[in-house]
Amino acid sequence: MDFPKTADVVIIGGGVVGTATAYYLAKSGRKNVVLIEKNTVCSGSTGRCGAGIRAQWGLELNCRMALACLDTFEQLDEELGLPTGLNQGGYLLVAYKDKEWAQFKKNVELQHSLGIKTEIFTDVKRAQEICPGVAVDDALGFTFYQRDGHADPFLTTFAFQEAAKRHGAKFYKFTEVKGLKVESGNIKAVETSRGTIECGQVINCAGSWAQDIAKMAGIKLPNWAERHEILITEPVDPGVCPPMLMSFSGNYYIQQRPHGSIIAGESPAHEPLLGYTSTAHSVASIAKTLIKLLPRAKDIRVVRQWAGYYDMTPDAAPILGETDVKGFWHATGFSGHGFMLGPVAGQIMTALLNGDKPPIDPTIMDYRRFERGERIVEPNVV
Amino acid sequence: MTEKKNIICRCEEIEIDEIREWIARGYDTFDELKRELRVGMGPCQGRGCRDIILRELSKATGKPISELDPGTIRPPVKPIKLGLLAEDE
Repeated sequence: MDFPKTADVVIIGGGVVGTATAYYLAKSGRKNVVLIEKNTVCSGSTGRCGAGIRAQWGLELNCRMALACLDTFEQLDEELGLPTGLNQGGYLLVAYKDKEWAQFKKNVELQHSLGIKTEIFTDVKRAQEICPGVAVDDALGFTFYQRDGHADPFLTTFAFQEAAKRHGAKFYKFTEVKGLKVESGNIKAVETSRGTIECGQVINCAGSWAQDIAKMAGIKLPNWAERHEILITEPVDPGVCPPMLMSFSGNYYIQQRPHGSIIAGESPAHEPLLGYTSTAHSVASIAKTLIKLLPRAKDIRVVRQWAGYYDMTPDAAPILGETDVKGFWHATGFSGHGFMLGPVAGQIMTALLNGDKPPIDPTIMDYRRFERGERIVEPNVV
Repeated sequence: MTEKKNIICRCEEIEIDEIREWIARGYDTFDELKRELRVGMGPCQGRGCRDIILRELSKATGKPISELDPGTIRPPVKPIKLGLLAEDE
Protein backbone atom coordinates (compact mmCIF):
# COMPACT_ATOMS: atom_id res chain seq x y z
CA MET A 1 0.00 0.00 0.00
CA ASP A 2 1.54 3.33 -1.06
CA PHE A 3 1.85 5.86 1.71
CA PRO A 4 -0.55 8.78 1.13
CA LYS A 5 0.74 12.28 0.36
CA THR A 6 -2.59 13.94 1.05
CA ALA A 7 -5.68 13.23 3.13
CA ASP A 8 -8.95 14.87 4.01
CA VAL A 9 -8.68 13.95 7.70
CA VAL A 10 -5.74 12.37 9.54
CA ILE A 11 -6.55 10.57 12.79
CA ILE A 12 -3.61 10.03 15.13
CA GLY A 13 -3.96 6.92 17.32
CA GLY A 14 -5.45 3.47 16.71
CA GLY A 15 -7.29 2.88 19.96
CA VAL A 16 -11.05 2.61 20.22
CA VAL A 17 -11.53 6.40 20.02
CA GLY A 18 -9.45 6.71 16.84
CA THR A 19 -10.91 3.68 15.08
CA ALA A 20 -14.49 4.61 16.02
CA THR A 21 -13.90 8.14 14.75
CA ALA A 22 -12.44 6.73 11.51
CA TYR A 23 -15.52 4.54 11.09
CA TYR A 24 -18.15 7.20 11.70
CA LEU A 25 -16.30 9.77 9.55
CA ALA A 26 -15.87 7.36 6.63
CA LYS A 27 -19.45 6.20 6.97
CA SER A 28 -20.66 9.82 6.90
CA GLY A 29 -19.19 10.09 3.41
CA ARG A 30 -15.84 11.72 4.18
CA LYS A 31 -13.39 10.57 1.51
CA ASN A 32 -9.73 9.93 2.20
CA VAL A 33 -9.80 9.39 5.97
CA VAL A 34 -6.36 8.19 7.13
CA LEU A 35 -5.54 6.74 10.55
CA ILE A 36 -1.93 6.44 11.67
CA GLU A 37 -0.75 4.40 14.65
CA LYS A 38 2.81 4.28 15.98
CA ASN A 39 2.52 0.61 16.97
CA THR A 40 -0.39 -1.65 15.99
CA VAL A 41 -4.11 -1.00 16.38
CA CYS A 42 -5.28 -1.65 19.95
CA SER A 43 -1.72 -1.88 21.34
CA GLY A 44 -2.12 0.96 23.86
CA SER A 45 -4.69 1.73 26.54
CA THR A 46 -7.74 0.24 24.79
CA GLY A 47 -6.15 -3.20 24.52
CA ARG A 48 -5.06 -3.09 28.15
CA CYS A 49 -8.28 -1.86 29.74
CA GLY A 50 -10.80 -3.49 32.08
CA ALA A 51 -13.44 -3.52 29.32
CA GLY A 52 -16.34 -2.16 31.41
CA ILE A 53 -19.30 -0.18 30.07
CA ARG A 54 -21.63 1.51 32.53
CA ALA A 55 -24.37 4.09 32.62
CA GLN A 56 -24.13 4.49 36.41
CA TRP A 57 -22.53 7.90 36.68
CA GLY A 58 -22.98 10.86 39.01
CA LEU A 59 -22.83 13.64 36.44
CA GLU A 60 -25.54 14.26 33.88
CA LEU A 61 -23.03 14.68 31.03
CA ASN A 62 -21.43 11.29 31.75
CA CYS A 63 -24.80 9.56 32.21
CA ARG A 64 -25.96 10.89 28.84
CA MET A 65 -22.75 9.93 27.05
CA ALA A 66 -22.68 6.47 28.61
CA LEU A 67 -26.35 5.85 27.84
CA ALA A 68 -25.70 6.81 24.20
CA CYS A 69 -22.83 4.31 24.24
CA LEU A 70 -25.01 1.53 25.64
CA ASP A 71 -27.53 2.23 22.88
CA THR A 72 -24.68 2.06 20.36
CA PHE A 73 -23.07 -1.09 21.79
CA GLU A 74 -26.41 -2.92 21.81
CA GLN A 75 -26.61 -2.75 18.01
CA LEU A 76 -22.89 -2.58 17.20
CA ASP A 77 -22.33 -6.22 16.16
CA GLU A 78 -24.99 -5.86 13.52
CA GLU A 79 -23.81 -2.44 12.39
CA LEU A 80 -20.12 -3.37 12.10
CA GLY A 81 -20.65 -6.93 10.88
CA LEU A 82 -18.30 -8.46 13.46
CA PRO A 83 -18.83 -9.46 17.10
CA THR A 84 -17.83 -7.05 19.89
CA GLY A 85 -18.27 -9.56 22.74
CA LEU A 86 -20.88 -7.46 24.52
CA ASN A 87 -22.05 -9.05 27.79
CA GLN A 88 -24.67 -7.15 29.78
CA GLY A 89 -24.34 -8.72 33.23
CA GLY A 90 -24.83 -5.33 34.87
CA TYR A 91 -22.57 -3.36 37.21
CA LEU A 92 -22.96 -4.10 40.90
CA LEU A 93 -21.49 -1.09 42.70
CA VAL A 94 -20.64 -1.55 46.38
CA ALA A 95 -20.52 1.30 48.94
CA TYR A 96 -18.55 0.87 52.16
CA LYS A 97 -18.49 4.47 53.43
CA ASP A 98 -21.30 6.75 54.63
CA LYS A 99 -20.33 9.57 52.30
CA GLU A 100 -20.13 7.17 49.38
CA TRP A 101 -23.55 5.66 50.14
CA ALA A 102 -25.08 9.15 50.41
CA GLN A 103 -23.57 9.96 47.01
CA PHE A 104 -24.97 6.72 45.52
CA LYS A 105 -28.47 7.83 46.54
CA LYS A 106 -28.00 11.17 44.76
CA ASN A 107 -26.53 9.43 41.71
CA VAL A 108 -29.45 7.04 41.41
CA GLU A 109 -31.92 9.93 41.63
CA LEU A 110 -30.13 11.58 38.71
CA GLN A 111 -29.89 8.29 36.80
CA HIS A 112 -33.64 7.67 37.20
CA SER A 113 -34.40 11.18 35.90
CA LEU A 114 -32.44 10.28 32.74
CA GLY A 115 -34.10 6.91 32.16
CA ILE A 116 -31.33 4.79 33.71
CA LYS A 117 -33.33 2.37 35.84
CA THR A 118 -30.72 1.60 38.49
CA GLU A 119 -31.73 -0.57 41.43
CA ILE A 120 -30.58 0.63 44.86
CA PHE A 121 -30.67 -1.62 47.93
CA THR A 122 -28.98 -2.59 51.20
CA ASP A 123 -29.90 -6.29 51.32
CA VAL A 124 -26.80 -8.48 51.02
CA LYS A 125 -29.03 -11.38 49.88
CA ARG A 126 -30.08 -9.36 46.83
CA ALA A 127 -26.41 -8.70 46.07
CA GLN A 128 -25.79 -12.44 46.31
CA GLU A 129 -28.63 -13.16 43.88
CA ILE A 130 -26.79 -11.00 41.37
CA CYS A 131 -23.31 -12.23 42.30
CA PRO A 132 -23.49 -15.68 43.95
CA GLY A 133 -21.45 -16.09 47.13
CA VAL A 134 -20.14 -12.53 47.19
CA ALA A 135 -18.82 -11.65 50.66
CA VAL A 136 -20.00 -8.10 51.26
CA ASP A 137 -21.29 -8.12 54.85
CA ASP A 138 -19.19 -5.03 55.52
CA ALA A 139 -20.93 -3.04 52.76
CA LEU A 140 -23.49 -0.29 53.46
CA GLY A 141 -25.38 -0.60 50.22
CA PHE A 142 -25.44 -1.43 46.54
CA THR A 143 -26.60 -0.16 43.18
CA PHE A 144 -27.18 -2.33 40.12
CA TYR A 145 -28.05 -1.59 36.51
CA GLN A 146 -28.62 -4.59 34.27
CA ARG A 147 -27.78 -2.89 30.95
CA ASP A 148 -24.24 -2.16 32.13
CA GLY A 149 -21.56 -4.74 31.45
CA HIS A 150 -18.50 -5.24 29.34
CA ALA A 151 -17.39 -5.92 25.76
CA ASP A 152 -14.17 -7.19 24.23
CA PRO A 153 -11.90 -4.18 23.58
CA PHE A 154 -9.86 -6.02 20.93
CA LEU A 155 -12.85 -7.30 18.98
CA THR A 156 -14.63 -3.96 19.26
CA THR A 157 -11.65 -1.95 18.02
CA PHE A 158 -10.90 -4.36 15.18
CA ALA A 159 -14.60 -4.40 14.24
CA PHE A 160 -14.47 -0.58 13.95
CA GLN A 161 -11.27 -0.86 11.92
CA GLU A 162 -12.69 -3.43 9.49
CA ALA A 163 -15.95 -1.51 9.04
CA ALA A 164 -14.05 1.77 8.54
CA LYS A 165 -11.91 0.09 5.86
CA ARG A 166 -15.08 -1.06 4.08
CA HIS A 167 -16.15 2.61 3.96
CA GLY A 168 -12.79 3.57 2.45
CA ALA A 169 -10.72 4.65 5.48
CA LYS A 170 -7.02 3.76 5.32
CA PHE A 171 -4.99 2.50 8.28
CA TYR A 172 -1.19 2.70 8.61
CA LYS A 173 0.46 0.92 11.53
CA PHE A 174 4.09 1.34 12.70
CA THR A 175 3.77 4.97 11.60
CA GLU A 176 4.89 7.53 14.14
CA VAL A 177 4.09 11.24 14.12
CA LYS A 178 7.26 13.33 14.05
CA GLY A 179 5.77 16.79 13.65
CA LEU A 180 2.68 18.84 12.81
CA LYS A 181 2.85 21.63 10.26
CA VAL A 182 0.87 24.75 11.19
CA GLU A 183 0.61 27.82 8.96
CA SER A 184 -1.07 31.08 10.02
CA GLY A 185 -3.08 29.26 12.65
CA ASN A 186 -4.24 26.41 10.42
CA ILE A 187 -3.14 22.78 10.44
CA LYS A 188 -1.46 21.94 7.15
CA ALA A 189 0.27 18.57 7.38
CA VAL A 190 1.31 15.65 9.57
CA GLU A 191 4.97 14.66 9.35
CA THR A 192 5.43 10.96 10.03
CA SER A 193 8.20 8.39 10.12
CA ARG A 194 7.02 7.29 6.66
CA GLY A 195 6.50 10.67 5.00
CA THR A 196 4.42 13.84 5.17
CA ILE A 197 0.64 13.85 4.69
CA GLU A 198 -0.90 17.18 3.72
CA CYS A 199 -4.36 17.54 5.17
CA GLY A 200 -7.00 20.02 6.24
CA GLN A 201 -7.97 18.34 9.49
CA VAL A 202 -6.18 16.34 12.16
CA ILE A 203 -7.75 14.59 15.15
CA ASN A 204 -5.50 13.77 18.08
CA CYS A 205 -6.73 10.45 19.52
CA ALA A 206 -3.33 9.54 20.96
CA GLY A 207 -4.53 8.85 24.50
CA SER A 208 -1.63 8.78 26.93
CA TRP A 209 0.63 10.35 24.31
CA ALA A 210 -1.83 13.08 23.22
CA GLN A 211 0.00 15.83 25.11
CA ASP A 212 3.21 15.09 23.15
CA ILE A 213 1.29 15.29 19.86
CA ALA A 214 -0.49 18.50 20.90
CA LYS A 215 2.83 20.14 21.74
CA MET A 216 3.96 19.65 18.12
CA ALA A 217 1.27 22.19 17.13
CA GLY A 218 2.06 24.49 20.03
CA ILE A 219 -0.95 23.38 22.08
CA LYS A 220 -0.40 22.69 25.76
CA LEU A 221 -2.51 19.93 27.32
CA PRO A 222 -2.33 19.27 31.06
CA ASN A 223 -2.68 15.48 30.53
CA TRP A 224 -0.54 12.69 31.91
CA ALA A 225 -0.33 8.90 31.85
CA GLU A 226 -1.22 6.93 34.99
CA ARG A 227 -0.15 3.31 35.25
CA HIS A 228 -2.69 0.66 36.35
CA GLU A 229 -2.33 -3.10 36.78
CA ILE A 230 -4.75 -5.94 36.14
CA LEU A 231 -4.89 -9.74 36.05
CA ILE A 232 -6.80 -12.46 34.21
CA THR A 233 -7.49 -16.05 35.24
CA GLU A 234 -7.90 -19.28 33.33
CA PRO A 235 -11.42 -19.77 31.92
CA VAL A 236 -13.82 -21.41 34.40
CA ASP A 237 -17.53 -22.22 34.37
CA PRO A 238 -19.83 -19.18 34.19
CA GLY A 239 -21.46 -17.78 37.31
CA VAL A 240 -18.35 -16.99 39.38
CA CYS A 241 -18.83 -13.24 38.93
CA PRO A 242 -21.72 -12.51 36.53
CA PRO A 243 -21.83 -8.70 37.00
CA MET A 244 -18.98 -6.23 36.96
CA LEU A 245 -18.42 -6.14 40.72
CA MET A 246 -16.95 -2.78 41.57
CA SER A 247 -16.26 -0.46 44.45
CA PHE A 248 -14.66 2.98 44.51
CA SER A 249 -13.84 2.96 48.23
CA GLY A 250 -13.05 -0.78 48.12
CA ASN A 251 -10.72 -0.09 45.18
CA TYR A 252 -11.58 -3.08 43.02
CA TYR A 253 -13.35 -4.23 39.88
CA ILE A 254 -13.95 -7.86 38.97
CA GLN A 255 -15.83 -9.39 36.04
CA GLN A 256 -16.07 -12.72 34.25
CA ARG A 257 -15.88 -12.73 30.47
CA PRO A 258 -18.38 -14.88 28.50
CA HIS A 259 -15.29 -16.92 27.61
CA GLY A 260 -14.93 -17.86 31.33
CA SER A 261 -11.84 -15.89 32.33
CA ILE A 262 -12.07 -13.55 35.29
CA ILE A 263 -10.53 -10.09 34.95
CA ALA A 264 -9.72 -8.13 38.11
CA GLY A 265 -7.93 -4.88 38.81
CA GLU A 266 -7.38 -2.05 41.25
CA SER A 267 -6.25 1.55 41.13
CA PRO A 268 -2.62 2.19 41.94
CA ALA A 269 -1.29 4.01 44.95
CA HIS A 270 -0.44 6.85 42.54
CA GLU A 271 3.16 5.80 42.11
CA PRO A 272 5.04 7.86 39.53
CA LEU A 273 6.26 4.64 37.86
CA LEU A 274 5.59 4.34 34.14
CA GLY A 275 6.19 1.53 31.66
CA TYR A 276 4.34 -1.71 31.07
CA THR A 277 6.18 -3.83 33.65
CA SER A 278 3.89 -5.78 35.97
CA THR A 279 4.65 -5.99 39.68
CA ALA A 280 4.44 -8.90 42.10
CA HIS A 281 2.90 -6.78 44.87
CA SER A 282 0.08 -5.64 42.61
CA VAL A 283 -0.95 -9.14 41.49
CA ALA A 284 -0.82 -10.28 45.13
CA SER A 285 -2.92 -7.34 46.28
CA ILE A 286 -5.56 -7.89 43.57
CA ALA A 287 -5.64 -11.65 44.34
CA LYS A 288 -6.16 -10.94 48.03
CA THR A 289 -9.07 -8.58 47.35
CA LEU A 290 -10.61 -11.02 44.88
CA ILE A 291 -10.69 -14.03 47.22
CA LYS A 292 -11.90 -11.91 50.13
CA LEU A 293 -14.93 -11.01 47.98
CA LEU A 294 -15.29 -14.38 46.24
CA PRO A 295 -13.72 -16.96 48.61
CA ARG A 296 -14.60 -19.92 46.39
CA ALA A 297 -12.36 -18.50 43.64
CA LYS A 298 -9.19 -19.30 45.62
CA ASP A 299 -8.21 -22.31 43.48
CA ILE A 300 -8.69 -20.55 40.15
CA ARG A 301 -5.36 -19.89 38.48
CA VAL A 302 -4.05 -16.55 37.27
CA VAL A 303 -2.68 -16.90 33.75
CA ARG A 304 -1.48 -13.37 33.06
CA GLN A 305 -1.03 -9.93 34.52
CA TRP A 306 -0.28 -6.72 32.68
CA ALA A 307 -0.16 -2.96 33.02
CA GLY A 308 -1.67 -0.10 31.03
CA TYR A 309 -2.22 3.62 31.20
CA TYR A 310 -5.16 5.83 32.03
CA ASP A 311 -4.83 9.00 29.93
CA MET A 312 -5.62 11.40 32.75
CA THR A 313 -6.79 15.01 32.74
CA PRO A 314 -6.89 17.21 35.88
CA ASP A 315 -10.65 16.62 36.31
CA ALA A 316 -10.68 13.03 34.95
CA ALA A 317 -13.06 14.12 32.16
CA PRO A 318 -12.28 13.94 28.44
CA ILE A 319 -11.07 16.68 26.12
CA LEU A 320 -13.19 16.95 22.98
CA GLY A 321 -13.23 19.67 20.36
CA GLU A 322 -11.15 21.98 18.18
CA THR A 323 -8.04 23.78 19.44
CA ASP A 324 -6.65 27.27 18.86
CA VAL A 325 -5.08 25.77 15.73
CA LYS A 326 -7.86 25.59 13.15
CA GLY A 327 -8.46 22.08 11.86
CA PHE A 328 -6.60 20.50 14.80
CA TRP A 329 -9.04 18.57 16.98
CA HIS A 330 -8.85 16.53 20.16
CA ALA A 331 -10.63 13.42 21.37
CA THR A 332 -8.52 12.35 24.30
CA GLY A 333 -8.07 12.40 28.08
CA PHE A 334 -10.73 9.77 28.80
CA SER A 335 -9.08 9.05 32.15
CA GLY A 336 -9.77 5.32 32.21
CA HIS A 337 -13.15 5.41 30.46
CA GLY A 338 -12.13 5.62 26.81
CA PHE A 339 -13.32 2.17 25.91
CA MET A 340 -16.88 2.68 27.11
CA LEU A 341 -17.10 6.23 25.74
CA GLY A 342 -15.16 5.62 22.51
CA PRO A 343 -18.12 4.94 20.22
CA VAL A 344 -19.98 8.10 21.24
CA ALA A 345 -16.74 10.10 21.06
CA GLY A 346 -16.43 8.96 17.44
CA GLN A 347 -20.00 10.07 16.75
CA ILE A 348 -19.43 13.47 18.38
CA MET A 349 -16.17 14.09 16.51
CA THR A 350 -17.77 13.16 13.19
CA ALA A 351 -20.64 15.59 13.76
CA LEU A 352 -18.22 18.37 14.79
CA LEU A 353 -16.00 17.90 11.72
CA ASN A 354 -19.01 17.77 9.42
CA GLY A 355 -20.61 20.85 10.98
CA ASP A 356 -23.60 18.81 12.16
CA LYS A 357 -25.30 18.81 15.54
CA PRO A 358 -23.52 16.27 17.78
CA PRO A 359 -25.56 13.66 19.70
CA ILE A 360 -24.21 15.17 22.95
CA ASP A 361 -23.14 18.81 23.27
CA PRO A 362 -19.38 18.61 23.90
CA THR A 363 -18.79 22.35 24.55
CA ILE A 364 -18.03 21.82 28.25
CA MET A 365 -15.27 19.33 27.32
CA ASP A 366 -13.17 22.03 25.64
CA TYR A 367 -9.50 21.86 26.77
CA ARG A 368 -9.42 25.57 27.58
CA ARG A 369 -11.57 24.86 30.67
CA PHE A 370 -8.36 24.16 32.62
CA GLU A 371 -6.89 27.58 31.80
CA ARG A 372 -10.16 29.16 32.91
CA GLY A 373 -9.96 27.24 36.17
CA GLU A 374 -13.11 25.21 35.45
CA ARG A 375 -13.55 21.55 36.27
CA ILE A 376 -16.02 18.83 35.31
CA VAL A 377 -16.57 17.10 38.64
CA GLU A 378 -17.68 13.45 38.49
CA PRO A 379 -18.24 11.78 41.88
CA ASN A 380 -18.52 8.21 40.56
CA VAL A 381 -14.96 7.28 39.63
CA VAL A 382 -12.39 4.81 40.94
CA MET B 1 -17.62 -35.27 12.79
CA THR B 2 -15.79 -36.09 9.56
CA GLU B 3 -14.94 -32.44 8.96
CA LYS B 4 -11.18 -31.97 9.06
CA LYS B 5 -9.99 -29.27 11.39
CA ASN B 6 -6.39 -28.25 11.83
CA ILE B 7 -6.30 -26.74 15.31
CA ILE B 8 -3.00 -25.04 16.07
CA CYS B 9 -3.93 -23.33 19.37
CA ARG B 10 -5.34 -25.91 21.75
CA CYS B 11 -6.03 -23.46 24.58
CA GLU B 12 -8.43 -21.41 22.46
CA GLU B 13 -9.20 -23.95 19.71
CA ILE B 14 -8.04 -21.81 16.81
CA GLU B 15 -7.57 -23.33 13.37
CA ILE B 16 -4.75 -22.60 10.94
CA ASP B 17 -7.33 -21.36 8.41
CA GLU B 18 -8.45 -18.63 10.83
CA ILE B 19 -4.83 -17.52 11.23
CA ARG B 20 -4.40 -17.35 7.45
CA GLU B 21 -7.70 -15.50 7.01
CA TRP B 22 -6.70 -12.73 9.46
CA ILE B 23 -3.16 -12.46 8.10
CA ALA B 24 -4.73 -11.89 4.67
CA ARG B 25 -6.80 -9.06 6.18
CA GLY B 26 -3.56 -7.31 7.16
CA TYR B 27 -3.20 -8.59 10.74
CA ASP B 28 0.37 -9.65 10.04
CA THR B 29 1.97 -9.43 13.49
CA PHE B 30 1.76 -11.97 16.30
CA ASP B 31 0.25 -9.41 18.68
CA GLU B 32 -2.58 -8.47 16.31
CA LEU B 33 -3.48 -12.14 15.79
CA LYS B 34 -3.34 -12.62 19.55
CA ARG B 35 -5.78 -9.77 20.13
CA GLU B 36 -8.23 -10.89 17.48
CA LEU B 37 -8.09 -14.68 17.94
CA ARG B 38 -6.77 -15.06 21.53
CA VAL B 39 -3.83 -17.23 20.37
CA GLY B 40 -1.20 -17.00 23.10
CA MET B 41 -3.75 -15.77 25.67
CA GLY B 42 -4.50 -19.19 27.09
CA PRO B 43 -2.82 -20.97 30.00
CA CYS B 44 0.16 -22.04 27.83
CA GLN B 45 0.76 -18.48 26.55
CA GLY B 46 1.64 -19.65 23.05
CA ARG B 47 4.05 -22.47 23.82
CA GLY B 48 2.14 -24.64 21.39
CA CYS B 49 1.17 -22.18 18.67
CA ARG B 50 3.74 -19.40 18.59
CA ASP B 51 6.25 -21.16 16.31
CA ILE B 52 3.54 -22.26 13.88
CA ILE B 53 2.07 -18.76 13.72
CA LEU B 54 5.48 -17.13 13.25
CA ARG B 55 6.13 -19.53 10.36
CA GLU B 56 2.82 -18.47 8.75
CA LEU B 57 3.72 -14.80 9.28
CA SER B 58 7.13 -15.38 7.75
CA LYS B 59 5.56 -17.01 4.70
CA ALA B 60 3.06 -14.16 4.29
CA THR B 61 5.44 -11.23 4.84
CA GLY B 62 8.58 -12.70 3.28
CA LYS B 63 10.55 -11.80 6.41
CA PRO B 64 12.71 -14.42 8.14
CA ILE B 65 11.35 -15.59 11.53
CA SER B 66 14.38 -14.08 13.27
CA GLU B 67 13.18 -10.61 12.21
CA LEU B 68 9.60 -11.07 13.44
CA ASP B 69 8.37 -9.78 16.80
CA PRO B 70 7.42 -12.95 18.71
CA GLY B 71 4.96 -11.03 20.92
CA THR B 72 4.93 -10.52 24.68
CA ILE B 73 5.09 -13.28 27.26
CA ARG B 74 3.64 -12.03 30.52
CA PRO B 75 3.98 -13.10 34.13
CA PRO B 76 3.23 -15.52 35.65
CA VAL B 77 5.16 -17.92 33.40
CA LYS B 78 2.97 -20.74 34.67
CA PRO B 79 -0.59 -20.34 36.02
CA ILE B 80 -0.71 -19.70 39.79
CA LYS B 81 -3.72 -20.12 42.09
CA LEU B 82 -5.28 -16.90 43.41
CA GLY B 83 -5.11 -18.31 46.95
CA LEU B 84 -1.37 -18.80 46.69
CA LEU B 85 -0.78 -15.33 45.22
CA ALA B 86 -2.84 -13.74 47.99
CA GLU B 87 -0.58 -15.27 50.66
CA ASP B 88 2.27 -13.32 49.12
CA GLU B 89 0.77 -9.92 50.05
